[in-house]
Formats: sequence, structure tokens, C-alpha cells
Amino acid sequence: MELIYFQLLAAILFCIGVYGVLARRSAVLILMSIELMLNAVNINLIGYAAFSSFGSAHRNLGQVLIIFIITIAAAELALAMAIILRLYRNKNNVNVDELDILKG
Amino acid sequence: MSVVFFTVAAILVISGGIGVVAARNIVYAALSLLIAMIGTAGIFLIGLAEFLALVQLLIYGGAVVIVILFSLMLTRIQDFEFLTTNKQWPIALIVAMCLLGLLAISVLVGDSTATTMGSTDISELGLSLFSDWAIPFELASLVLLIALIGAVVIVRRDNEEDK
Repeated sequence: MELIYFQLLAAILFCIGVYGVLARRSAVLILMSIELMLNAVNINLIGYAAFSSFGSAHRNLGQVLIIFIITIAAAELALAMAIILRLYRNKNNVNVDELDILKG
Repeated sequence: MSVVFFTVAAILVISGGIGVVAARNIVYAALSLLIAMIGTAGIFLIGLAEFLALVQLLIYGGAVVIVILFSLMLTRIQDFEFLTTNKQWPIALIVAMCLLGLLAISVLVGDSTATTMGSTDISELGLSLFSDWAIPFELASLVLLIALIGAVVIVRRDNEEDK
């Protein structure tokens, strides 16, 4: 095993997430793509944490960062779902290219 | 041996990710997200983070996918079952490919010499979480509380609105 495997996998997954955010219409699918990007960051961090040569303090740092990322992602998901449900109730659709009331 | 496991988990992750961004049916996209999350838990196991693999399975495999399926149910998925990709998807594909090339070059140029993996104890992780990272930990709990209360406040139906 080498660190580069983790890094390449994280890069591929992150780019899939970027494509999903840019290309999808539904807000729910964009949210799922954002979750994919967060997972790519987690994979990268776990690679660096496992291959750290600076002792166990750095390994703990990597895993603690991942715990915080998962926590914040859960909070973000709950809020985003609430906003999407509200959007659906007010506008009756959640396609982001039809939500253009701010367009001049 | 771990390379074989890593390859299997990586195939799971990448195929799940492609399923999320390419599936025509939105429920299939949610289930592909579940596959990607399970593959990520496998990657965590190979990276010698057993506790995080469990957390990943519980939070993402359990909670997040269920929440997404619930929101699909509440927003009437049959209305937009088809045509879930907008018309600028070729530009998005080009942008994603360029970013992938950039990241791959930066990964390949920066030579990483580390080849030995080390694991960390769960007890050690808990100790550092509650000693060095105690204040961010408490702040994270506060963030979760505020986010959940905020979600309830946003979704709640106002009485004046119904009349």
C-alpha cells in the first residue's frame, strides 16, 4: 500500500462530486454530490493519517478532523433538507435552474 | 493483500459515485450513494481506522441515506424522475476532467515516500478528542443542536400561512 492510492481515489471521487454539483438539476442530487466530495476529503485525510511518520499525535489529528467533518456534514445535511422541503412547499419544485427569482 | 481489498473498495466507491451523478432515476442515485458510503467505510478499514469505519457506516449508511430518501419521498420524486441533468452538462464534464487532471498531476509530482502504515488506538483517539480537542468537540455539539433546531423551525408550518 502506498499513500498515492488514497490520494488518487480521493481525487477521482472529488471530481465526480464536482461534476454532479455542476450538471445535476435537482437540489437533492446536488446535495448528494456534495456528500461525495466530503467523502473524498475524508479518504484523503485517512490516507495521510495512516501514513504519517510523525508519531501517533498526528494520526490522532487526522482522525479527529474526520470526526469533525462528519459532524458538520450531518448538520449541513439536516439544514439543507429543511431548506429543500421549504422550497418545495413554496415553489412546488426543487430544480435549481428554475429557481431564478433573483435573476435580473 | 491489502491492495486487493483496496481495489475492491475503490471500485465500490467509484461506481457508486458515478451512479450518483449519472443515474436517470433519482432513487437509484440515492442507493448508489449508499454503495459509495459502504465502499468508503472499507477504505477506512484499510487505512487502519476501525472506529471511523463504524461511524461512517452508522452516520452515512444509516442516517444520511435515510434522510435523503425521506426528502425524496416528501418532494414527490415522480415529478422529476427523468431529465435530471441540465443542459450545461458537457461544460461540467470538461471542468471536472480538467480538475481531475490537475489533481492527478499534483499527486503524481509530489512524491510521497511514506510506505509504512500505523494504526491508532480508539482509547488514544478518545483521549485526544476530550483533552486537546475538548473545546471544538463541545462547539460541534452546539453546532449540531443549533442546526437541528433551525431545521425544525424552517420546516414547521406556520398557522397564519395555512389560512
